[in-house]
Amino acid sequence: MLEQYIKDRLQHKDLLLMTHIVLGYPSYDDSMRLVESMVEAGVDLMELQIPFSEPMADGPVILKANAEALKAGATMDKSLAMAEKITAAFDIPFLFMTYYNILFKYGVEEFVGKMKDINIKGAIIPDLTPEEGSDYLQAMQKNGLDPVHIFTPNSSMERKQLLHQHTSGFMYTVARKGVTGKNTQFGDELGGYLAQCREATDLPLALGFGVKTKADYEFIRGKADVAIIGSEAIRVMEDDGVEAVGPFIRSILS
Amino acid sequence: MKNRGYFNQFGGAFIPEILVPTFDQLEAAYLEAKADPLFWQEYVDLMSTYSCRATPITYAENLTKHFGGAQIYIKREDLNHTGAHKANNVMGQGLLTKRMGKKRVIAETGAGQHGVATATMAAKFGFDCTIYMGAVDVARQRPNVFWMEQMGATVVPVEDGSATLKDAINEAFRDWVTNMDDTHYALGTACGPYPFPEMVSWFQSIIGTEAREQMLERKGRLPDRVYACVGGGSNAMGLFSGFMDDPQVQLIGVEAGGRGTGIGEHAARLAYDDATIGVAQGYKTYFLQNNDGQMMDTHSVSAGLDYVGVSPILADLYETQRVRFEAASDREVVEAMQLAVKKEGLIPALESSHAFAQAFKEAPSMGQDEIILINQSGRADKDIFTVADAIDDPKWREFIIHKADEYRARENQKTQQKGEE
Repeated sequence: MLEQYIKDRLQHKDLLLMTHIVLGYPSYDDSMRLVESMVEAGVDLMELQIPFSEPMADGPVILKANAEALKAGATMDKSLAMAEKITAAFDIPFLFMTYYNILFKYGVEEFVGKMKDINIKGAIIPDLTPEEGSDYLQAMQKNGLDPVHIFTPNSSMERKQLLHQHTSGFMYTVARKGVTGKNTQFGDELGGYLAQCREATDLPLALGFGVKTKADYEFIRGKADVAIIGSEAIRVMEDDGVEAVGPFIRSILS
Repeated sequence: MKNRGYFNQFGGAFIPEILVPTFDQLEAAYLEAKADPLFWQEYVDLMSTYSCRATPITYAENLTKHFGGAQIYIKREDLNHTGAHKANNVMGQGLLTKRMGKKRVIAETGAGQHGVATATMAAKFGFDCTIYMGAVDVARQRPNVFWMEQMGATVVPVEDGSATLKDAINEAFRDWVTNMDDTHYALGTACGPYPFPEMVSWFQSIIGTEAREQMLERKGRLPDRVYACVGGGSNAMGLFSGFMDDPQVQLIGVEAGGRGTGIGEHAARLAYDDATIGVAQGYKTYFLQNNDGQMMDTHSVSAGLDYVGVSPILADLYETQRVRFEAASDREVVEAMQLAVKKEGLIPALESSHAFAQAFKEAPSMGQDEIILINQSGRADKDIFTVADAIDDPKWREFIIHKADEYRARENQKTQQKGEE
């Protein structure tokens, strides 16, 4: 489903943009305003992160956003209610990003069923490999939702092919080792790495981890199909307020 | 990577995709070492020349008389180099790190014992070393931080979350996902993703193997009950493993009862009803968490037991009822420690004193022909500040005030000199 959406959009422009927010950070009202300004600025799809107390794969910016959201009273019920409001108000596709314990405690099947009910199209669960995720993968398939996995510079061709088998929608590719939000040198090796990713999957490629500037975004053009901006948009909001996020996204897309 | 490392429903490997090849490499190195008798021989040789293995078993005659019940024996892991059983695991992982050709080790630490042990290992093997430690723990365990830094390790205080052991583990993983090519993460307990629970238990099994032989040699029979404290669970897994196949030996794991039941008051995942099954820090076990799956704050007088999760192997042994779990309160623990110091001249760490406290509760009602074995997993030198506070020792307070005045005077002198320059 997401795959078709991305391919349709790629008919009109050659690079899409996906952004990321942490639900309930700094507040649920702000989450709504952030989504609104991002969608209005021309974002094509979005990740909504359900906060977790142990975000092992996230760097300092998103780690702090998770902790602050929880401190401010974020709960599962409130995050799901906000996600439902968001999907009802905007007509781009939304994915959940969160850690496995959130699904496990809610009940994996119930969680995926809930995603379907509130019109969330897919999910990225960074601590759930396909080997551990058979219940999740089955439920996603049953509900016609897209489980997105991650290609890394450490993934062998064999591993990439296995991930491809369990992924639909698009493939999340990380530009480098490490956690989210650190600097990435976008250089020639990246082109080679993305070419390898293309060889392993015919799904659209989304590239993330360290995309910060218009220059980064332009560098990705022609190499991947979707650029992902995560930590940087949160950083902009922290420095200059929610109202600065729309202009930031517009400056990237201009 | 296959679906592996399960003990019935507990365990597994819930790891970021980028670490999959690193875990494959670690598993291969571990299984290869385990299949190689020369590796274990090298390990035992190292532990007997660099640490103090085999550690003895001490008959606690005065405590035995004091309680008038079971005969009390104590396995002396406190006599390891660096003063705790942590050395067993760390030196084993050091040998593995060498085999994998890595040049840097990182570790989390709670009380600081595992950090000191890792820094020691890094110094001996010539590895670079970074230790992640919750800021709360850095504040309460300065002596251990001091030694880690002396040994050349970088100690990074972790301010995130509750700033304790679990947050240090998350931060160590964040380092590892960046630096896996030259770095081994020497996880300190029998928790985390496969193969850590199994591998750490394997290195620690040296405790139980020795203890079983020693009891047979000394008493001609096995103990009736064996006690060990349980934080992550590595010293318990180590001692219990020697008696796992002896159904007549009762195994008792003692958790941190803190200030009593209720989330936030303790760190008892199995003895109390507050924990539920979940997945965090890379593995599935009982966690102290809320209904949404958010990890909750824990409390214990001992930093080393102050942890939200527990070894998946122990969670399984809890469900199959092979191990009985109890909790000892902060107060009981300090009293048990004081009693061991007074009666035997032994100085069990606050962590280990949990095992003593539970054994002391049960010894009086046992027969004089029965035998108890307690794991003294570490010594309490590092706890001197906490213990002195807990028993409110006036002479210690006086000493610290005096010492502080001395430092302050020296600082003032320096500032004055600078001003005059």
